[in-house]
Amino acid sequence: MPGVPLSWYLMLSAVLFALGIAGFLLRRNIITVFMSIELMLNAVNLTFIAFAYQWKQVDGHIFSFFVMVVAAAEAAVGLAIILTVFKNRETLNIDDISSMKN
Amino acid sequence: MDVILFLIFAAIAVVCGFNVIIQSHPIASAVSLIGVMGSLAVLFLLLGAEFLAAVQVIVYAGAVMVLFVFVIMLLNAGAEIRHGRSLLAQVLGIPLLFAFLGLMAYFTRNMSAGARDVRFGEFRHGTALDVGRALFTRYLLPFEVISVLILIAILGAVVLAQKELE
Repeated sequence: MPGVPLSWYLMLSAVLFALGIAGFLLRRNIITVFMSIELMLNAVNLTFIAFAYQWKQVDGHIFSFFVMVVAAAEAAVGLAIILTVFKNRETLNIDDISSMKN
Repeated sequence: MDVILFLIFAAIAVVCGFNVIIQSHPIASAVSLIGVMGSLAVLFLLLGAEFLAAVQVIVYAGAVMVLFVFVIMLLNAGAEIRHGRSLLAQVLGIPLLFAFLGLMAYFTRNMSAGARDVRFGEFRHGTALDVGRALFTRYLLPFEVISVLILIAILGAVVLAQKELE
């Protein structure tokens, strides 16, 4: 029974990470930008777990678990910030939220 | 069997991931992102991480994405207005992206040349028992620190989202 090469998992992770970067840079809706960050975090988790398999160690799972916890905390705080920004500015477009620029 | 399952769910993940960034409506992006997370949970199972596959579905696809969908609906977020992209991004961005992915493919193939193939069932230490044991012995301090982080995040979210009192 043939197995899957480890590099396929790493490549899938790289593709998902690249898609996340593209979304982060190209999208203009602040919620979609946030979702692109979640996509990148998921891609990194896949790499951690693939290497945990490769070295037969559970440490990669622990790191992946911590990444998930930090992502959940980040989502809670980030979405609260988005709510506050929308309450003050009435917009979700990141081009219009540029008072910290320059 | 492993290869077929990997290819099916990798394809779903990539298609849904692509859908996340091309859909103009945030709710469609959110549903696609749930697809990515679900198929990644299956890949975690294939890699022997059964506890993390469950956590992925419950915490990510469940809790975090419900929060996203909730905020999208609360703010009544419509389709985003697209402006013209800069010429530099179009001319440089896509070739550089493919160059990056090509280099990654080259290096991961070379670096993992001696690695054994991934077979389902060869790594059996991803259960809740093993993860919990590592979490409460070797990683006890990071675990405690991260629980404090969660507490701070809860307080921060409440403070940020509350109504201003007059």
